[in-house]
Amino acid sequence: MTRVRLTTPLSGEITTNLRIGQQVLINGVIYTARDAAHKRLVELLDQGKELPIELEGQIIYYVGPSPAPPGRVIGSAGPTTAGRMDAYAPRLIEQGLKGMIGKGARSAAVVEAMKKHGAVYFAAIGGAAALISRCIVESEVVAYPDLGPEAIHRLVVKDFPAIVVNDAYGGDLYQEGRKLYCQE
Amino acid sequence: MRTVDCKIIIDEVARLCQEANFKLEEDVIASFKRSCASEVSQSGKEILNLLVENANIAAAESLPMCQDTGVAVVFVEMGQDVHLINGDFTEAINEGVRRGYREGYLRKSMVGHPFERVNTGDNTPAVIHLKLVPGDQIKITVAPKGGGSENMSALKMLKPAEGVEGVKKFVLDTIRNAGPNPCPPLIIGVGIGGTMEKCALLAKEALLRPVGQPHPLPDIAKLEQELLVSINRLGIGPSGLGGITTALAVHIEIFGSHIASLPVAVNINCHAARHKSVVI
Repeated sequence: MTRVRLTTPLSGEITTNLRIGQQVLINGVIYTARDAAHKRLVELLDQGKELPIELEGQIIYYVGPSPAPPGRVIGSAGPTTAGRMDAYAPRLIEQGLKGMIGKGARSAAVVEAMKKHGAVYFAAIGGAAALISRCIVESEVVAYPDLGPEAIHRLVVKDFPAIVVNDAYGGDLYQEGRKLYCQE
Repeated sequence: MRTVDCKIIIDEVARLCQEANFKLEEDVIASFKRSCASEVSQSGKEILNLLVENANIAAAESLPMCQDTGVAVVFVEMGQDVHLINGDFTEAINEGVRRGYREGYLRKSMVGHPFERVNTGDNTPAVIHLKLVPGDQIKITVAPKGGGSENMSALKMLKPAEGVEGVKKFVLDTIRNAGPNPCPPLIIGVGIGGTMEKCALLAKEALLRPVGQPHPLPDIAKLEQELLVSINRLGIGPSGLGGITTALAVHIEIFGSHIASLPVAVNINCHAARHKSVVI
């Protein structure tokens, strides 16, 4: 299958054209955030305060990179388990977040929020962190440096490979893929 | 009696933390290649090839193969004729972890208190399993363990009447429930017997065996093979996107148990089955 090249920020028109199984190459700015950063973002929303990053049309990559060795932009940077962010993701999708990159299954509430707001969830290859780090050309911490690997980084990526696992229509590639090969 | 300086333990643990994270053992890489040949899903094949490429890049560039460089799980077989000098054994292991994770640019993933969740900044404390053995040598194995796969692991106290069928069901349920989350293809460690904590430790120790090396007891080796076949029929596949390679191997370790008990623990490892050993 040909890979579609996407550039952030993503419009609703772009995301609603994507379907499960579509392979993409992501370009532009994406933000990292994991468990602790998500908790803080949602706390700010609860307090009616401004977020440290603009979410409209953006993609959040669930990753806690390893530290950058000398001469490198970033260390290894593969996806982390998305399900841990399920409690927070719908709130961020409401705020305009259009894409998430991670690995592993999402909750029904996240799938509903994606349908309602035209967002998508991409999977990257779990564990292929040294390989993926080659697609990251810039990295800087933009919020919560005290969280160490969980700080929010602004990354610039070039042809970051991912696959649409949940589209804006409730499709789920994990379930479909499993059905094809299940012999139980 | 042989005297060993704790400084040697610090140096070796620091080195092993880095090597384990940079260099995937040949048996694991060989299992990716074998699975790639037999996998029927095209995307599954591609993913297995990319995992080989990832391991090659990590080794060549001294980069961690996975960004989650894990909890530092350290197995020590301590000869009973060894006398340690110049330090505290536990502190020596932790200092080795501290140094290894700092010098290797490995991710520090440990928080000091499970509720306060403040990162300790140096990946300590290490989880240390100490066994006293005959002789005057020390064998240290560092086995960094990622959170994503560890989180999908499970333990259950079965009734003895549930027997081997109960064990099979529990293992399969655990893998089915884990689905794409723990980064398949998996190495699956199963502990059967002992007490609750012994059983969990057996499952972890089972992960150290070379991939696919069968248990020496024929009935247990047969159960490993049966479970592997059943797991690979679940369809989860590489990265959970569908395929016949959900697991690369199932390793079982057993131990005697109480007449009332049949504990089973399933410790899931992702494809980055990392461990490096040294004998001092």
